[in-house]
Amino acid sequence: MKKTIVAALALSLTATACTPGSGSSSGPASAPSSVRTDAAALGQVELTVWDQEVRGGQAAQMTAQIKAFEAKYPNIKIKRVSRSFDDLKTTLRLALSGNDAPDVVQANNGRSDMGEFVKAGQLVPLDKWASAYKWGERYPDSVLQYSRYSADGKTFGEGNLYGLPQVGEVVGIYYNKTKVAKPPASWAEFEAELDKAKQAGDVPLQFGNLDKWPAIHVFGTVLDNYALPDQITKLAFGRPGATWTTPEKQQAAEVLVSWADNGYFPKGFNGQGYDPAWQEFGKGKGTFLIAGTWLQADLQKALGDKVGFMLPPGTKSVTGGTGLPFGITNKSKNPDAAAAYINFITSPDAMKTLTSTGNLPIADIAAQQAPAGLAGDIFKGFGTAVDSGLLVPYLDYATPTMYDTIGAALQDLLAKKATPQQFLDKLEADYSKFAGK
Amino acid sequence: MSSPPGEPRRIGYLYILPALVVYGAFLLYPLGRAVHLSLFEWDGITLGKFVGLSNYADVVRDAGLRAAFGHALVLIVFYAVLPVLIGLVLATVLQRARVRGLGFFRTIVFLPQVIAMVVVAVAWRHIYAPDGPLNDVLRAIGLDSLARGWLGDYAFALPAVGVIGTWFETGLVTVLLLAGMARIPAERYEAARLDGAGPVAEFFAVVLPAVRGEIAVAVTLTVIAALRTFDLVYVTTSGGPGTSTSVPSYEVYHRAFELGQVGSAAAIGVCLTMLIFAITLGVNRLADRSTA
Repeated sequence: MKKTIVAALALSLTATACTPGSGSSSGPASAPSSVRTDAAALGQVELTVWDQEVRGGQAAQMTAQIKAFEAKYPNIKIKRVSRSFDDLKTTLRLALSGNDAPDVVQANNGRSDMGEFVKAGQLVPLDKWASAYKWGERYPDSVLQYSRYSADGKTFGEGNLYGLPQVGEVVGIYYNKTKVAKPPASWAEFEAELDKAKQAGDVPLQFGNLDKWPAIHVFGTVLDNYALPDQITKLAFGRPGATWTTPEKQQAAEVLVSWADNGYFPKGFNGQGYDPAWQEFGKGKGTFLIAGTWLQADLQKALGDKVGFMLPPGTKSVTGGTGLPFGITNKSKNPDAAAAYINFITSPDAMKTLTSTGNLPIADIAAQQAPAGLAGDIFKGFGTAVDSGLLVPYLDYATPTMYDTIGAALQDLLAKKATPQQFLDKLEADYSKFAGK
Repeated sequence: MSSPPGEPRRIGYLYILPALVVYGAFLLYPLGRAVHLSLFEWDGITLGKFVGLSNYADVVRDAGLRAAFGHALVLIVFYAVLPVLIGLVLATVLQRARVRGLGFFRTIVFLPQVIAMVVVAVAWRHIYAPDGPLNDVLRAIGLDSLARGWLGDYAFALPAVGVIGTWFETGLVTVLLLAGMARIPAERYEAARLDGAGPVAEFFAVVLPAVRGEIAVAVTLTVIAALRTFDLVYVTTSGGPGTSTSVPSYEVYHRAFELGQVGSAAAIGVCLTMLIFAITLGVNRLADRSTA
């Protein structure tokens, strides 16, 4: 019996004695030399599309776009596969290395997703179609940079364009209108409001950091008040030429700690979940909440017209990003049709559809009939952030390990297990180890 | 029918072939493949690079990983040692008291086992929340100073996760031990009592030796559960606060699926497998020796 096991083990080892990954193609993919934009003349095409637009307004707009696309180009059939964000993230890697890969995929911008796919040559650069369809005229560079990589996938935020997003998102401040008469116009006024809320016995800034990442957005917002977009962009894209150990970053870390010291956060925030925290805010507990536009629908439902949204007042930068961009795989047999599809779902008409289904369109914002109430605040805020060129990426984009490094480091900082100096040293170590390569 | 079944040996192997094929395809092959992958630096997509044993060297050298293995060992106390102690007391009481509705109590005690771990984790996350039931109770009895965000506290997060494990495993252990105790012949109790043994002496002289086998099974199962803890940590703390509840299984998932370090993840997995193998082998050796 023992011998058999050994034999079976040996057999299985020899059977697998090839280098992992040797079955898949590699090397940067190149775009075809000529581009065709006359989608109706491409003949009979079937496109397989993978997206994660499965919830409420997202699903509604996608269904509408595909219907309109197929009506306009009857020769192109869309085979849509939609999965939740988490499912897409875990299955896309395998799907792209298989021979039956989809044509159009929605890939997360970060290094561990899009960056890896670019490195493996699984996504094709879209620059030729971008100039043919003139995407650059409607999408500002501060938005397109989130889908740019160098051909080897090493540099993020510069180089070829590998995807085009439909929607935008931005981190700002939600405030309870029954407690804040006039939204603060400057950072100093904002901090004064926090103090006032504390004196009044309310939770000044609703916050729950059990999930590790929520503090990234709060710290990012504080940092935005002290650091210029160029600095943060370099750090957040993990490009060389910046450093974490400068006085303004130290100041941001110290301010965050002082907020904790002053009792601006609820008690036991490191043990409170993200969802329970914003739900508390939705129940009217808490004056402010620093969070992204993704909470719009939920908070609207909970607080109705009692909730407002504003960009961090008077800050030098604004943290935000794009929804997952759509890209074309190297296995696509008809990339021109795939590009036509991407162009269609990001066209001015598509932006209108996005608006009417309750999404935040990333382009042509000024041309939209801005909705009322909270959604209107968010439209205005995002438009300002994009137009002013202050938009900076999320700090955890920086390196493949930064999400964990900064999440754990912020928990340490807020619990006083680390000084602001030690906190910054930890981030610097992660950043320089990666960007120095 | 000249030879016993299974003779000659070659024919004997034929009998186990179907099982062996399944075992090989779903257990030995993946295990071999994991060992193989652990020798490479591979991102899961592009061509891997052979790096020999350096992934293993990193497992030993990486202070964060060593801490993760340390946390897993702490969890053994909560998953295995405490449930066995509590289980012994509970089972003895249930057995001796001959309570009405023993089946009912057995079901109650066993109930945590039939709930999916993710559900358990979500429920306990709520219990431990800063305004959760646990803190409410503490405040109600005047222990305000003890109330805290349990899962976000550096000193208490790991024990808090461990207590969930204790709650979860105690039922299994108790039911196992009850089954063992039910097999003890009544004469032995009688003999012990005639010799003048009280309940405590009876427990050590009669009950404990009789359920050694069950204890070994319980310890093996719970130790394995402790070392491979993943879902509980993933849902409750994601390894936080800081890294104070990180465990090896979580690192395997994290490296393979989030960081794209498949080789390193495989190396941790192989180390974990060996650790589990060694501990369970030790437990079973110990149990065998004492029953022999």
